[in-house]
Amino acid sequence: MQAQPNADAALRRLETMQRIRAYELALVELQRAGAPGTCTSVGQEACAVGVVEALDARDRIVSNHRSAGHLIARGAEPRRLMAEVLGRVDGYCGGRSGSLHISARELGVVLTSTIVGGELSMAPGVALAQKMGKGDPGGIVAVFFGDGAACEGIFHEALNLAVLWQLPLLFVCENNQWQAFVHRLETMAETAIADWARGHGLPVETLDGNDVDAVHAAAARAVARIRASGGPAFLELSTYRQRGHFEPDDQAYVDPGELSDWLRRDPIRLYSERLLARGLIDSGGLAALQVRIDAGIAAALAYAQASAWPAPETLTEHVYA
Amino acid sequence: MTAHSAIPKMIRMTAEQAMHQALREEFQRDADVMLMGEGVATKRRDLLDDFGAARVRNTPLAEAIIAGTAVGAAASGLRPVIDLLFAPFMTYAMDALVNSAGKLRYLSGGQFRFPLVAIGMTGGGWGVGGQHNHNLEAMFVHAPGLKVVMPATPADFKGLLKAAIRDDNPVLFFADIGLLHEEGDVPVQDDFIVPIGRAAVRRGGEDVTLVAYAKTVNVCMRAAAQLAAEGIAAEVIDLRSLKPLDADSVLNSVRKTGRLIIVHEASGLCGIAAELAALAATHAYANLRAPIMRLTGPDAPAAASWVLEQAAIPTAEAVARAARELVEFMPEPVGLWSSTAKTSLGNPVTKEETTLA
Repeated sequence: MQAQPNADAALRRLETMQRIRAYELALVELQRAGAPGTCTSVGQEACAVGVVEALDARDRIVSNHRSAGHLIARGAEPRRLMAEVLGRVDGYCGGRSGSLHISARELGVVLTSTIVGGELSMAPGVALAQKMGKGDPGGIVAVFFGDGAACEGIFHEALNLAVLWQLPLLFVCENNQWQAFVHRLETMAETAIADWARGHGLPVETLDGNDVDAVHAAAARAVARIRASGGPAFLELSTYRQRGHFEPDDQAYVDPGELSDWLRRDPIRLYSERLLARGLIDSGGLAALQVRIDAGIAAALAYAQASAWPAPETLTEHVYA
Repeated sequence: MTAHSAIPKMIRMTAEQAMHQALREEFQRDADVMLMGEGVATKRRDLLDDFGAARVRNTPLAEAIIAGTAVGAAASGLRPVIDLLFAPFMTYAMDALVNSAGKLRYLSGGQFRFPLVAIGMTGGGWGVGGQHNHNLEAMFVHAPGLKVVMPATPADFKGLLKAAIRDDNPVLFFADIGLLHEEGDVPVQDDFIVPIGRAAVRRGGEDVTLVAYAKTVNVCMRAAAQLAAEGIAAEVIDLRSLKPLDADSVLNSVRKTGRLIIVHEASGLCGIAAELAALAATHAYANLRAPIMRLTGPDAPAAASWVLEQAAIPTAEAVARAARELVEFMPEPVGLWSSTAKTSLGNPVTKEETTLA
């Protein structure tokens, strides 16, 4: 088992996971009031927090439509994310992205694609540029994708090229069991995506994606390995998409038994219990943390809602460089 | 050209050689330029030898990841050129080119730029059939964020490829198979560029405007020569760039001649000719003295059989015939519409619309 994080690191992980959760749930509430629906990462917070903490400033992240966790873990401001989701000028992309393809170059979160597999097509090129000296020296690239993307042909093309060209690329598969409205067991002939990655010759770790400490430890090992070898590595994080493909989604197609099993293994619940057991926080501290986070998200939402709409005459700005 | 102006040094070479020279010069000029594709390091061994394996990369036969990698690399500071071989193979690369390169600058609010060039061969000439020969350039014209060029002369193959490599946007470079081995004079100075978005008037004339690109430029030049012998002065415009489209050059010519024929090998439905016809009808209506005509390939896959492949390409004879019809065209008196007096020009789906007339 990996070493326990110190108190500061542990509390930071809990807080970041809770911030992601609060952000996502605030948008769910907003959606009920008519705001655009989002693809939430509720249930997958440990994957984002564990991996992103293992990266540093010279590294790049390529993400997908379920990106809020990656962005917030990387330090994105919820208020600017919310402004983006609401289509306002203060969003990271000036309101042109909405929730689905938010990039924040200033944070090293580049080229987010909402096309399932699009992130896998671009990540090797970002890693190639790093390798050819265009990024910060020693930087690597982490690409987040799901089991759905692993069923795209581009998955195999990307893995093959990353191995062939020895690209500094960390593949992070958040296996959340759902591919839009279809369970992955209906779509995959293999039960583990990691087996496909092994077939391409990648070093692979498969682990519980709801255990943030385990995710972080595995990610740190993979990142160190990539920095040392220059070549790619692969993580398969077993997790669960607790909410629908997007909001609203009644999840009528979800087996209630499976969902409740995974809810018992909710990453934030698991981690809160661990920190309570370690004596790093008590129930009063947990409640106070939640209040602080909720207040921050409420302020972020107020900021976003006060942000201006883009001027219609800017419609065709940024089509061409 | 006056005696004291700088006379560019010209060398006679094929379009294919001109493209190679463009690549070599841009590799020399800018260390960020790189080349990826199936066989690029094999076929362009001199570039591999001179510029190294990091910049000249053979790839798997996997167009989606070639293009996706180019998109990621372009956004990260490199200037990749990808050779996707035959244009229909680009359909495998559509996500990277259309959804990523074309849209992620806009969707990110201008955070990224994508200086990449995707090269694909197309057009009749080698009898390769519809999965290697498909003039699908208009598909990419329809995709926001992309530029599209398709040269007709060896000099333009060189100058447009160099301009495409230097452009900060994704550029689709379509190489007409039928032109690759044609020779022409090509300027050899390093700074020779053909600006993207500017058409060329290949021949001046006052009676009818013939607009074409790629191999149909030559078709129109031959038609213009035939027409000249009959006393009809045709102006021939080579578009060179399909996006951005040099509408002004076409409209200025149409305002002068009052007659417009657009000729291309790609199919007509929602194509370049349709767009130019709409532009002329919108912006030069008062100058038009006859209906606008399109001569295009049919809405059918390219056949391998030489006869069928060539039958899909507009001929100089058909262009000349169309020009004569337009010059002789007399408008119907208002209110006296007569079907017997109408020519085929009145029907938007007549056989004259395609080369199968």
